[in-house]
Amino acid sequence: MEPLQFEQIYRNESRKVFATLVRLLGDFDLAEEGTHEAFAAAMQHWPEQGTPANTTSWLISAGRFKVVDMLRRRARMSELQPELVRRISEIEASNQSMADQDIQDDRLRLIFTCCHPAIDPKVQVPLTLREVCGLTTEEIAHAYLMTPSSMAQRIVRGKAKIRDARIPYVIPSLNDLPERLDPVLSVIYLVFNEGYSASSGESLTRVDLSDEAIRLARLLVELLPDPEAAGLLALMLLHESRRAARVNCVGDIVLLEDQDRTLWNQGFIAEGKRLVEHALRSRRFGVYTIQAAISAVHADAKLPSETDWAQIVALYDVLMRADASPVVELNRAVAIAMRDDIASGLSIIDAILSRGELQDYYLAHSARGEFLRRLGKNAEAKSAFATALSLAKQEPEQRFLRQKLSSINAT
Amino acid sequence: MKYILLIYSEEGVWPPDELEVARDESVQLCHKLSEQGQYLGAAPLHPVSTATCVRVRDGNRTVSDGPYAETKEQLAGYFLIDVADLDEAIGVAARIPGTTHGTTEIRPIVELPGLP
Repeated sequence: MEPLQFEQIYRNESRKVFATLVRLLGDFDLAEEGTHEAFAAAMQHWPEQGTPANTTSWLISAGRFKVVDMLRRRARMSELQPELVRRISEIEASNQSMADQDIQDDRLRLIFTCCHPAIDPKVQVPLTLREVCGLTTEEIAHAYLMTPSSMAQRIVRGKAKIRDARIPYVIPSLNDLPERLDPVLSVIYLVFNEGYSASSGESLTRVDLSDEAIRLARLLVELLPDPEAAGLLALMLLHESRRAARVNCVGDIVLLEDQDRTLWNQGFIAEGKRLVEHALRSRRFGVYTIQAAISAVHADAKLPSETDWAQIVALYDVLMRADASPVVELNRAVAIAMRDDIASGLSIIDAILSRGELQDYYLAHSARGEFLRRLGKNAEAKSAFATALSLAKQEPEQRFLRQKLSSINAT
Repeated sequence: MKYILLIYSEEGVWPPDELEVARDESVQLCHKLSEQGQYLGAAPLHPVSTATCVRVRDGNRTVSDGPYAETKEQLAGYFLIDVADLDEAIGVAARIPGTTHGTTEIRPIVELPGLP
């Protein structure tokens, strides 16, 4: 067997094997050891005996036998602690039944466990990346600009909560599914946004985060036919389709209307649109699906001037009814400005700000500045962009706003 | 797995007639839990005006009036249950009448060996 082939099997199988071992062993750390041991055994046996027909079940059996052996050794050393003996017999009993469907479902169980509402949301994200996606603690720490030791602490805290509070390793009942699916979707979307919003410096690793989020959502859609999960996958694919166009060669932000639309990834767009249509037809969709539908309308326009703004405003109206927030209202104001006229959009933004909302949100001031500039009110536009600049946190955002300011000065 | 469900609420938040109904419902819940072998104990507590705190430092005992912490929401009662996992404990907590007026904290119990 080629090392490359083995690496491929490891990449495809290791998280499946781990997820099933978590169910069989009821312990994350033992499952991690078992997975490790199983692949070590495979590396030793497969080149001599050939690759087994069903690699997944071979690896799971090997992992579980190794762990049972290890527990037996520990039990002997600790004079057969009753707890360990009970565990061994439990493992052996549960090993009797191991259907393929169970193995599929195990990854889904693992996602629901890591995103259980009883776990701190700050811990859900790294725990999912570590246990479900198999990223190393160092990789996660790097992506979130934290030290590996503090990231490790979060992950350990999550695993301890699962173990000590006995968070079950199950797929929630249909009754509980809506409540339980929400945090899963929001963890996936957080991971995606962390990867998508970064546009310099750490960009390489952060692109991987977006890929991981899309992979997780694909897994979810494959295992759990829920329209909103499909809507989330569609939303991420449609955003991702514009990655090459949204930043230019020197790392500057390129706004949607200025993007070179030939750079958009048509494969992602087609897949995203298919998923949106499917989710919308179900009539059980939510906010991710509506946002994906908005993104799909943009994707349909070959030129910015061909954008169906009336459709976009209508979708924002639906979104406002489903989940009203000042940010949604701001986006709707921009769509109204494009459908009707700039002044109508501006008056909505002014109304939001005068209510005291979005005062710290740089995009509200940036949109306001742009509208004022287009209306020829340069002095007011400058002060709005200056406010936006003082609030923007990322380098490319600040560069974009500085360019806006200097272009007004030049006129 | 044993859990204690600690019910926290603001004192006086229950109108007297509703409190009586809530207590009846709690008793019924205890019977249902008991039928499923999940009941270990439960009780409402007298208000914190009856609370007494004791500390022993260097062998000296200090006794004082009042609850451990002066907070708006106080421990008002508890359920001690034996269920399969946290999801079942959450299910029981959601059925406790006190949870509708306050917050129920679920704490897994450490089972010490060699207890009477």
